[in-house]
Amino acid sequence: MNELQLAPIAASQYAGEVDKLFWVMNALTVVFTIIVIALIAFLAARYRKGTNVDRSNPTTHNTLLEMTWTLPALVLGLGVFTWSSRLFADVYQPPKNAREVFVIGKQWMWHAQHSDGTRENNELHVPVNSPVKLSMISQDVIHAFYVPEFRIQRHVEPGRYTNMWFTPTRIGKYRIYCNVYCGTQHSEMGGWVIVQSREDFEKWQAGGGGRPFYPGGISASTGDLSLAQNGAALFRKYQCASCHADGPKASSKGASLVGLYKSLRQLADGSKVVADEGYIRSAILNPNDVRLANSTGSMPAYRGSLSESEVIALIAYIKEIGTGKPLEGGRPDSVAPAANTNSQQWRYMYGGEQYQ
Amino acid sequence: MSTATLKDVGKSHDKVKEPLNYLNATNTIKSWLFTVDHKRIAIMYLVAVSVAFLLGGLAAGMIRVELTVPKGQFLTNDAYNKVFTAHGVIMIFFFLIPAVPAVLGNFILPLMLGARDLAFPRLNLLSFYVYSAALVMGLAAIIGGGVDTGWTFYTPYSSVYSNSNVALTIMAAFVAGFSSIFTGLNFIVTIHKMRAPGMTWFKMPLFAWAMYATSVIIMLGTPVIAITLALVVVERTMGFGIFSPEIGGDPVLFQHLFWFYSHPAVYIMVLPAMGVINEVIAANSKKRIFGYEFVAFSTMAIAVFGFIVWGHHMFASSQSMYLGLVFSVLSFLVAVPSAVKIFNWATTMYKGSVELTSHMLYAFGFLGLFTIGGLTGLYLSSLATDIHLTATYFVVAHFHYVMVGGTAMGFLAGLHFWWPKMTGRMYSEVWGKVSAVLVFLGFNLTFLPQFVVGYLGMPRRYHFYPPEFQLWHVMSTGGAFVLGVGFFLPVIYLIHSLKFGEKAGNNPWRAVGLEWLTTSPPDTHNFHELPVVTWEAYEYFQESHHGGDVGPSRFPFDEEAVHVSSDEEVHV
Repeated sequence: MNELQLAPIAASQYAGEVDKLFWVMNALTVVFTIIVIALIAFLAARYRKGTNVDRSNPTTHNTLLEMTWTLPALVLGLGVFTWSSRLFADVYQPPKNAREVFVIGKQWMWHAQHSDGTRENNELHVPVNSPVKLSMISQDVIHAFYVPEFRIQRHVEPGRYTNMWFTPTRIGKYRIYCNVYCGTQHSEMGGWVIVQSREDFEKWQAGGGGRPFYPGGISASTGDLSLAQNGAALFRKYQCASCHADGPKASSKGASLVGLYKSLRQLADGSKVVADEGYIRSAILNPNDVRLANSTGSMPAYRGSLSESEVIALIAYIKEIGTGKPLEGGRPDSVAPAANTNSQQWRYMYGGEQYQ
Repeated sequence: MSTATLKDVGKSHDKVKEPLNYLNATNTIKSWLFTVDHKRIAIMYLVAVSVAFLLGGLAAGMIRVELTVPKGQFLTNDAYNKVFTAHGVIMIFFFLIPAVPAVLGNFILPLMLGARDLAFPRLNLLSFYVYSAALVMGLAAIIGGGVDTGWTFYTPYSSVYSNSNVALTIMAAFVAGFSSIFTGLNFIVTIHKMRAPGMTWFKMPLFAWAMYATSVIIMLGTPVIAITLALVVVERTMGFGIFSPEIGGDPVLFQHLFWFYSHPAVYIMVLPAMGVINEVIAANSKKRIFGYEFVAFSTMAIAVFGFIVWGHHMFASSQSMYLGLVFSVLSFLVAVPSAVKIFNWATTMYKGSVELTSHMLYAFGFLGLFTIGGLTGLYLSSLATDIHLTATYFVVAHFHYVMVGGTAMGFLAGLHFWWPKMTGRMYSEVWGKVSAVLVFLGFNLTFLPQFVVGYLGMPRRYHFYPPEFQLWHVMSTGGAFVLGVGFFLPVIYLIHSLKFGEKAGNNPWRAVGLEWLTTSPPDTHNFHELPVVTWEAYEYFQESHHGGDVGPSRFPFDEEAVHVSSDEEVHV
């Protein structure tokens, strides 16, 4: 069917670098293994019982010899460590201009939510040659978002945002796998990253992404709103504004949210934290865990009453507050439960689609 | 020699002349069930771990058959998940951890140290019954519905979401932990207090060092996993928020606690096998282990370093980048003492007199496979390659190279090496060699393709997979059948040897070590008179430099010169 492949297609800025390191490590492994096997074969044959060879003055220890194999092993090991760690440190820090996409994992599907409001299930459309940062969270157990062609994966955990970023460098369709065991249909929890040219991607975006419903809870009618606009709608729906200012007019009850994102917050327990996505999420769901120094502690916990996708929309809105950009949003009509798309999932992932 | 002759000789010998030993001293079932003799307990452990290995192997066979087709053969998703969990749980908790210490260590360690038994014989028997109870609980959980979490029990899947027998399985692992702790405690006290007069720490065989290091890890690590698993049950049954974020817990906390034990547990499994390899290579090379002190210290270094590398299992989790860097560099460092051992074992043969017995072939298999297992571990210590490879079949192949290529090969090497001492019988060398070669070839055919399919991105624990990976899976399944035959052969020829095998002398391999000083099988009290050690470990005396028979001819290892056993005929 396919010619024999030894590595997946390299489709990200990172993949080629990892392959280089991988083949160098392969070379070292092969050389080292051959040395060991050759040494054993040679010694076993030469000193096999009954052979007529010089066995006088056998040595039983030799510190110099011990050092000649310890030190090169140590030096080579630390060399590989340094190379690998530099690569990893680079892939750990998303660039500032990366396109942010929120990803939610749940048993057993993936949702992606783009900042323009486009949403998709089990697919992730991205433009080629432009960095993408995924902010990921799980709605239930631990999953992992893994794309072998990008040579990268990251766990998707409940209760905590994790990030990964990549720059796709090759147009095509690449499999997404869930790579932390997550229950019955773990091996069917996957989908496709679809890397498109910029024009195709924009066309796709303009068409609304092709998958109108959103299982997280917001109705289909908000499909033409951006993620932050959805957040603004939810902000009103849950009456956040009765305590928190989202504009110049301050409220007497709660802290103003203007300019909150990435600001330094002084907590009641004396510690200081940067108000990132994880902080905002905690402040909404479990406000007492991150109570501010001057807070009265009267904010109710929204744990259990908001879905992860609603939290993501709220965070997107709160991040926008204070940036000066105008925001218009409409009130969501209703909250429609989503259909489950898991039937035919296997065919979708492994059956009919031909791998490029 | 024909079988008939052997049989006749055996019969006449059995009935008339067999001297009393630990096997024939008493014959009632009760005398076995209530024995406090470390040798009988070791035999009971051997039967139990063999049963566990066969059941775990059966599960492995089911997995391999199922995976020959991308969309599965005969199992549902749930059944598949339960089968791979059963395979992992049985193999790790009931075979790999107890195999070498509880069988070979139990039998040989007191003999090696010149002791009459372990320090606490009753605790030893209790350890066997605790192990058996745990095995019964584990099998009850697996047969009575199964468990689908994977042997790693990651939360919150195990503590909240799974609808399978998680609690019972976890309790089985919890109880099995106590049997490890009892064995570890027993070994530590025995090594400290019961060495024969004159046997200083640096005159001990390296197998004893390996048992000591292993016991230290067991004592320090096992309580952590026990309490961690107990917390999973507490969250699952009582709803206390410990690991599930929905009720205020942290799922990554579980991973830290779990790997704090489970990484050192890798060394609990492999250090004893390394200990065996020392004995087998020295005896078959008729040489002192090269760099004895380096090997002894590297054993202890592995035990210590093993405790500070657990985070390398979590590079892809939300663990911070800085923590990842620290765990990565420490993991590279732990490779060094392992490399030291490999070179020292190979160099031991230099100017030796190498005999290619079946146990030596198993030991060579260990060296080759463990080298590959260790080196591929570096791809997973290295951060950039790990975040591509972690949790793929690359990892599956890597840890099978370490656990099967290391621990199982070491166990088989030791079992073949000490079998004549344990049973007083010789097995068929020819079949032993056939088995060693089949295991080696079958193993590589099974697991080399998994490195490739892992780099291609095949995730572990996947029931269904993309069609382009099928070729590799079919190769792997073919290899698994060869491997299965290789593993099953010893069951046949070893059992056969019990009745039909030639009688073993006290020291059939002409090896040094106190265990070869006594009769085969040993007397219930091990030694008629306790030895006094005045020589170094592995003191093989070299008579001739040119082609001569280099062997342990120095008193008192020479078979004829041993007081306690030279006069079998006279005793009877």
